[in-house]
Amino acid sequence: MTSPGRRDSTAVELKDGGPRRRSPRTGAGRGVPLPLLLPALAGLAFLLLPLVALLVRAPWRSLPQQLTSPEVWEALRLSLVCATAATALSLVIGVPLAWLLARTDFPGRGLVRALVTLPLVLPPVVGGVALLLALGRNGIVGQWLDSWFGITLPFTTAGVILAETFVAMPFLVISVEGTLRAADPRYEEAATTLGASRFTAFRRVTLPLIMPGIAAGSVLAWARALGEFGATITFAGNFPGRTQTMPLAVYLALQNDPAAAIALSLVLLAVSIAVLAGLRDHWTRTS
Amino acid sequence: MTRSTRRTRRPLRTPRSRRKLRTVAAGAIALLALSACSSSGSGSDASAAGSSPGELSGTVTVFAAASLQESFTTLGKRFEKSHPGTKVTFSFGGSDSLAASITSGAPADVFASASPKTMKIVTDAGDASGAPATFVRNQLEIATPPGNPDRISALKDLTRSGLKVVLCDKEVPCGAAAQKALEAGGLELTPVSYEQDVKAALTKVELKEADAAVVYKTDVRAAGDKVEGVDFPESAEAVNDYPIALLKNAQNAAAGKAFIALVQSTEGQKVLTAAGFRKP
Repeated sequence: MTSPGRRDSTAVELKDGGPRRRSPRTGAGRGVPLPLLLPALAGLAFLLLPLVALLVRAPWRSLPQQLTSPEVWEALRLSLVCATAATALSLVIGVPLAWLLARTDFPGRGLVRALVTLPLVLPPVVGGVALLLALGRNGIVGQWLDSWFGITLPFTTAGVILAETFVAMPFLVISVEGTLRAADPRYEEAATTLGASRFTAFRRVTLPLIMPGIAAGSVLAWARALGEFGATITFAGNFPGRTQTMPLAVYLALQNDPAAAIALSLVLLAVSIAVLAGLRDHWTRTS
Repeated sequence: MTRSTRRTRRPLRTPRSRRKLRTVAAGAIALLALSACSSSGSGSDASAAGSSPGELSGTVTVFAAASLQESFTTLGKRFEKSHPGTKVTFSFGGSDSLAASITSGAPADVFASASPKTMKIVTDAGDASGAPATFVRNQLEIATPPGNPDRISALKDLTRSGLKVVLCDKEVPCGAAAQKALEAGGLELTPVSYEQDVKAALTKVELKEADAAVVYKTDVRAAGDKVEGVDFPESAEAVNDYPIALLKNAQNAAAGKAFIALVQSTEGQKVLTAAGFRKP
């Protein structure tokens, strides 16, 4: 599935001390042991069944009329714009953070690393409340933003982007950091011995080297941002066209009109599949 | 350092059969854990169903609107005290989602909703036993931060430009009621957010993110001194009736009936009016 050829070839180049190559595919063709096959199939069914149910119970007949309402497109546009902006913001601040965690040594690095991954396990609603307390109009930083610059973030599209970034960026950081750790630092060392500054080495050597990891992390972060609900509704509220993203629209439609909620869910599902499939072909083939 | 991490793939020395055994064992343990979970979940129902008639025992499960949280929790404790051996468990939430979970088979004995419309979902599905009874009414109020810094005295003040107002979403009873009140006053209001339930709207005012919210009187009362309430005459046009009903699939119908009786009794009404509800 993943192409092992590339990974192996780099491994060969890197390991000067004569690597004992072991093909990762040993025994792959000799049948799958039952204790692995059965749980694997159960896992697959468990993941796919809800999606199948969504398709089976979809109101196909009223679907065209459900989907032509302007609110749906407004929510979809907002979702795509915010998820993309959140991914871009994650790239700008997340990749340097991943580099710092993987390539430098400072006291308390393990703790910092654990803290960076905290939003992964934190319930998003808690994240939203925390964002309010930090960046809200009355928050510890937000009150200065408000009184000095007149910027208030809650109930704005910028607030949606921040909430999504908070939840999605750890995915990017983890992915990039993992790739950095797997990449051999001696390329960078070679570049610096040849006179490149550490930043130039990062830009010209490290960055191209870890591009697959960045791409995979971006896709993960984008997907997480697209589906973000808890932190968004808590921090940015819910107003059509400004902060009502697709997941919020789905949730509120579910209160009264399950058919509309299913229709909205289908759109979100289709968009996610299309984008993930598209990006997989272009970017992540080598990761 | 990174080189050493690459060598984590250790040669696997464990014999094949032993590994297999371990996998099977892990699977068995997982299954056991799962079945233990499910059986503990249904245990309370079983004990409730097995109770002898006449004397109350077992668990009563009450699904109630979020706005009833404080007063029903108090009433639940009193019920347990006067009927030793019983236990009242609550599920508080938006009336719409509670109704939806009841019609899709959630195990509950009593449903108390914040609007006749949401109760109708349950009765239409044939899930209620007998006709629902209105036990309290709730009125809207404007919630402002303590001290009412923006000097809001009427519903019209909320339309002032620059004021950040949050409303409940129109799909939720408190949002529908707010819309009705605004219409009655001939007012048009663009909030900064349509919140998913009444508590979320109130929280935005408590955190001072919003300058005002239209919520229930009972929520203002429950928030204590964290918010200040402002009455407005248009709220009379949008009074919410709260119906309560015993459910058809009740596992513990006798205790459920007794709980409804407590809610409607003088004692129950006293607790509810103290929370800010009006008598029906």
